[in-house]
Amino acid sequence: MTLNAPLLTVNALNKYFGGMHAVVDLSFELYENECLGIIGPNGAGKTTLLNLISGVTLSTSGTMIFLGQAMEKKRSSQIARLGIARTFQHIRLFKQLSVLENITTAYDHEINYTLLEALLRTRRMKQEENKSYKASMELLDLFGMSSRAHHMASSLSYGDQRRLEIARALALKPRLLLLDEPAAGMNDAETRELLALLRWIQREFSLSMILIEHHLPFIMEFSDRLLVLNFGKLLAQGTPSQIRQDRRVIQAYLGEEEA
Amino acid sequence: MVSMLYALLGYFLSSMLNNQNLLQVKKTLEDHSSWFLKYRLLLLFGWLAVGSFLIPQFVNEYVTFVLISLVINTILCMSLNLVNGYMGEFSLGHAAFMALGAYSSTMLTLYITPSLPPLLLFPLAIVIGGLSAAIMSLPIALLSIKTRGDYLAVITLAFLMIVKSALENISSLGGTHGLLGIRGLTTLPWAYGCFLFTFWSLRNLLASKWGRSIRAIRDDEVAAEAIGISTRSLRIMTFVISSFFAGVAGVLFAHQIQFINPNSFNILKSTNILVMVYLGGVASLSGSCLGAGLFTLLYQLLQPLGIWRSVMMPLLLVLLMIFRPSGMMGFREWSWFSLTPAQNKE
Ligand SMILES: Nc1ncnc2c1ncn2[C@@H]1O[C@H](COP(=O)(O)OP(=O)(O)OP(=O)(O)O)[C@@H](O)[C@H]1O
Ligand SMILES: [Mg+2]
Repeated sequence: MTLNAPLLTVNALNKYFGGMHAVVDLSFELYENECLGIIGPNGAGKTTLLNLISGVTLSTSGTMIFLGQAMEKKRSSQIARLGIARTFQHIRLFKQLSVLENITTAYDHEINYTLLEALLRTRRMKQEENKSYKASMELLDLFGMSSRAHHMASSLSYGDQRRLEIARALALKPRLLLLDEPAAGMNDAETRELLALLRWIQREFSLSMILIEHHLPFIMEFSDRLLVLNFGKLLAQGTPSQIRQDRRVIQAYLGEEEA
Repeated sequence: MVSMLYALLGYFLSSMLNNQNLLQVKKTLEDHSSWFLKYRLLLLFGWLAVGSFLIPQFVNEYVTFVLISLVINTILCMSLNLVNGYMGEFSLGHAAFMALGAYSSTMLTLYITPSLPPLLLFPLAIVIGGLSAAIMSLPIALLSIKTRGDYLAVITLAFLMIVKSALENISSLGGTHGLLGIRGLTTLPWAYGCFLFTFWSLRNLLASKWGRSIRAIRDDEVAAEAIGISTRSLRIMTFVISSFFAGVAGVLFAHQIQFINPNSFNILKSTNILVMVYLGGVASLSGSCLGAGLFTLLYQLLQPLGIWRSVMMPLLLVLLMIFRPSGMMGFREWSWFSLTPAQNKE
């Protein structure tokens, strides 16, 4: 944590689905290079919160400021290009695209050629294409998946699909990475591997993260700070050790497991 | 002893030379094959171009007519495949864009500038036909970003009905009788030229970042947005481009049949294009060529069935959707047609 201005400031955020109040008056801040964990029981509004930040769903009211810009009315694609990337609770890869193309699509907004140049396949177009091809290959290499670059994304194992989704998010060169239950469906060994991968990502790419995870030891170990949600409300926030001792949290959430 | 050494040396030398020769041969072979790899499609299309001029000299008019229909159908099929196959929408209104191209170009060749020499008039008609279809598709394209799936199918169907009844009620366009006496400007080389233009444009578009994004939208629109693809403008663009080529096909069609009326562009026409797409294969240009080819043949062979032919095609569509919804070449491309990333490195 630094004394700089926050990277992301969320203020009095609300989301209604019809009569259902899924996110209630939520306010928090996130700093550069910080990892913020979000926990809470099923249906607490964790995914909804990520959807609001990434613009996948529009908030009912409230403000979100990222790098000094108001985000609450922006479209998901604009937010992505401003530097917020995400993964999904249920994997959302481009199944019929190759592993490589899944990455390249995320690089594409950085490469620069016109539609006419694309239709004529000019030299510059090919150069730009090569740039994104190389960059994508490098990223795949870092993830140890370059040997499968030309396979369909749907042919990957579950764990690799999860990792590819993270790699695709990183291809956006984000300042903030949102991860929705990245360890869901993984066994202990895979989860440990994932933890190491996320650590490495944070070092290598120096970004902030918001991480949702049900696996408590994992998130307690990984997060600098935790938000605890319950019925869309912020129940508590603090460092992992503060959260462990918070009586309300123990009653509402941890209690089930530690009783 | 010395002579034996000489013999050995000679043996080694000659074998080395031989090896060198072999390598040389192998290398020229490789050069040759990479040269072939690079230009094989150009060669194929070049020969076909020569064929498009020569074949009509040797075969009867019926065969030429069928060949022209085949080429027009291929253009239609590729253009619909862009929206239905690559982008994963379901448009039923393709006949409407064809109609817009057909009518607008006919106005040009019949009334506005009939005196221009054909070599100038027809390209102009093709461009005007394509552009008017593209422009008129904008409202539908704009609606398509609000709705998807079944709703878009209904909207495009409604658009087809609107275009058809509008044409029926505009007396200067011939009303229900349509336009007669259109000049037979569509020759096999012209049709083939338009095919080449369509094929090359779509192939290059699909091998660009836009092509990737279009396919990404088909697979997962939410994820596409989340990685920074502005899906709305891309969907509008794709729809407009597809309509342009449908309009071009309409121009060719009108100047082949030399007679158009609103009924030439009914829902059956749309159904036929759908059959071609889902027969040949979604998201595949070679599939489109295959689908259009098979369809054109089948359509001619089923001629004796008369009115029953119009039942067969929708039935075929139903069967395809049930048993093989992605078609023969679905999501695959013939290697001659595909542009791999490696080919960028020229
Ligand atoms: N699109 C939607 N329409 C209506 N209700 C929704 C929608 N999305 C979420 N909800 C509701 O909002 C509440 C919060 O859902 P959310 O998915 O954010 O929970 P979560 O904390 O991510 O739960 P989980 O741990 O199961 O993933 C739930 O009651 C859910 O039913
Ligand atoms: Mg969730």
